[in-house]
Amino acid sequence: MSLRELYQEVIVDHSQNPRNFGVLERAQYQGNGHNPLCGDRLTVFLNFKDDKVSEIKFQGSGCAISTASASMMSESLLGLTKTQIESLFDKFHKLVTSSLDGGNDSNDSGDLGKLEVFAGVGEFPARVKCATLAWHTVMSAIKGAREVAKTE
Amino acid sequence: MSFDVNKLRSQFPILATSARGRPLVYLDNAATTQKPLRVIEACQNYYLKTNANVHRGVHYLSEKATQEYEDVRKKLTKFINASSHEEIIFVRGTTEAINLIASSFGSAFLKTGDEILITAMEHHSNIVPWQLACQKAGAKLVVAPITKRGEVDVAKFKELLSQKTRLVSFVHLSNALGTLNDAQTLTRWAKEIGALVHIDCAQSVSHLPVDVQNLGCDFISFSSHKMYGPTGVGVLWGRKDILNKLPPYQGGGDMIRTVTFEKTEYADLPHKFEAGTPNIEGVIGLGAAIDFLNEVDLKNIHEYESELLKTAIMKLSKVPGLRFIGEAESRASVISFVLEGVHPHDIGTIVDQQGVAIRTGHHCAQPVMDFFEVPATCRASLGLYNTASDIDSLVEALLTVRKVFRR
Repeated sequence: MSLRELYQEVIVDHSQNPRNFGVLERAQYQGNGHNPLCGDRLTVFLNFKDDKVSEIKFQGSGCAISTASASMMSESLLGLTKTQIESLFDKFHKLVTSSLDGGNDSNDSGDLGKLEVFAGVGEFPARVKCATLAWHTVMSAIKGAREVAKTE
Repeated sequence: MSFDVNKLRSQFPILATSARGRPLVYLDNAATTQKPLRVIEACQNYYLKTNANVHRGVHYLSEKATQEYEDVRKKLTKFINASSHEEIIFVRGTTEAINLIASSFGSAFLKTGDEILITAMEHHSNIVPWQLACQKAGAKLVVAPITKRGEVDVAKFKELLSQKTRLVSFVHLSNALGTLNDAQTLTRWAKEIGALVHIDCAQSVSHLPVDVQNLGCDFISFSSHKMYGPTGVGVLWGRKDILNKLPPYQGGGDMIRTVTFEKTEYADLPHKFEAGTPNIEGVIGLGAAIDFLNEVDLKNIHEYESELLKTAIMKLSKVPGLRFIGEAESRASVISFVLEGVHPHDIGTIVDQQGVAIRTGHHCAQPVMDFFEVPATCRASLGLYNTASDIDSLVEALLTVRKVFRR
C-alpha cells in the first residue's frame, strides 16, 4: 500500500524525533529554505573541517516528510565533501522524482543507503517539494547564496 | 422541507466518480463547488447553438447571445435584490471585483491621510488590493483585530472607525474560519461615519440569501465558481450613484460610447466597467447556476447546511487530538481544524488516499494563520450535496491519520 510506503516507520520516527535539530552558533554556512505553498520554513547550519562536513544542524517547522527528510539528510551529510553532497543531492532528486519521469531510471539513483525510504514520495507529486526542501537549502548554503532557497 | 439531498446529488455527475479507487467525498467547497449538469449543459449549449460576440453584431446569433448574457444580469439583479441591472458588473471573479473598486475608488477619491479599514480575518484578495491603493495614495490600511474564537473584535472595530475612514471592506463569511460576520451591524456603524462599505460575499452567496438592500452596503463581490457556476466569472455589485462617480477600471472595446484620439466618452453602466469581450460562456453558465439555486432555494440550503454543520462539528470533536481553529458563535459551512502532532499537509495526503478531498494550507489567509500560531490548517467545507455520511468518511480518514502516525 502506497500510504505505508510514503509514511514508513523510519520516516515517522525521524519526523517525531528529528536528529541534529537545533542551531549552530557562528556556523560557516547557513541556508534558509521556504516552501511558499505549504509554509514550511527551514534553516540549515553547516561547519566543515578538512573540507568535510564536521557539524550540521537544522531548525524550522514543516510536515512529516520535510522534517524527516531534513533529519535523515543531516545524518547522511556528515563527513561528506561539497562535491559529494552535490552528487548525493542529484541521486536523491532522481529517487524522489523518478516516477514523474516515467519511472525507468529509478535504479540509477545509486547507493543512497537509508535515504532509499523516500522512494515512495515519487508517487505523490504534490509531496516531492516537501522531501527536497532541506536539500535545496543545503545546496544554497554551500554555494553561499544569499537568497532563500525555494522549492518553486 | 422540500430538500432531497439524494435527488440533488444526482444532478452533479462528478459526485458519482471515484478518487484513488474510493467513492469521491468532496469537502472542499470553499475552494470551488462542483457543477450541476444544467450548468455544464448551459455552457455547452452556448457553443453548440449560440456562440457569437455580444453587444456588437446585428445578426441573429449575436442578438441571441447578447440576450442570454443580459438575461443573466437581470437574474442576478433579482438574486441579490439590487435596484437596477445597471448595478451588476461582470468581472473575472471576486479578486478582480475588489481590485476594480480599490483601483477606481483609490485613484479618484483616496488621499494622503485617509484610511481604509479591513479585518484580521480577510482573504489575501481583500488585503492586497487595498494595500496597493493605499500605497499609491499615501493612505493607511487599518486592521480591526479578531478574537481567539475567530470573531471580529466589534468594540475595536467600532473604535477604529473615524472621520479618516473612507472605505470599510470585510468578509461576510470567512473562508479560513467559517465565521459569519454580523454584516448589517458592521455596515451600519461604517455608514454612520460616512464611509463606503464593501462586503466580500465570495463564500456566503452560496450558503445563505444575500440581499444588498438588507445589508445596507455600497459594494459586494462574489465568484460564480463558488456557487455551482463556471470558473472565470464573478460579479461586482455597486450602488449606481457611486459606480457612476468612479472612473473606468480598464479601457477598451465595449466600455465606450465614442472614441477619438483626443477624447473618449465612456459607455453608461454597467458597460463602463466591462472592457473587452467578456466571458460569455461563463456568464450564461452562471445564469443556470442561479436558476438552480433559486429552485432549491437558499433558505432551504442554509437550513440543511446548518444542521449538517452542527453534526460535523459534533462528530469531528470526538476525534482524539482534534482542535478547531475558529469557533465563532455564528458560522456556516467551513470547519478549520488541526490534529495534535500531525502537520496539516500530511493529513491532506492521507485523507486524500481515502478519497476524501479537503483543503490543507493557509487558505490565502496567512495573517489568520499567524494569529492562531499555526503554519496551516485542515479545512472541510460543506456544499448543498454533502451528507452526514461524507462526515463519517472524513472522521474515519482522520482516524487513519492517527494510526499512520502511531498516535
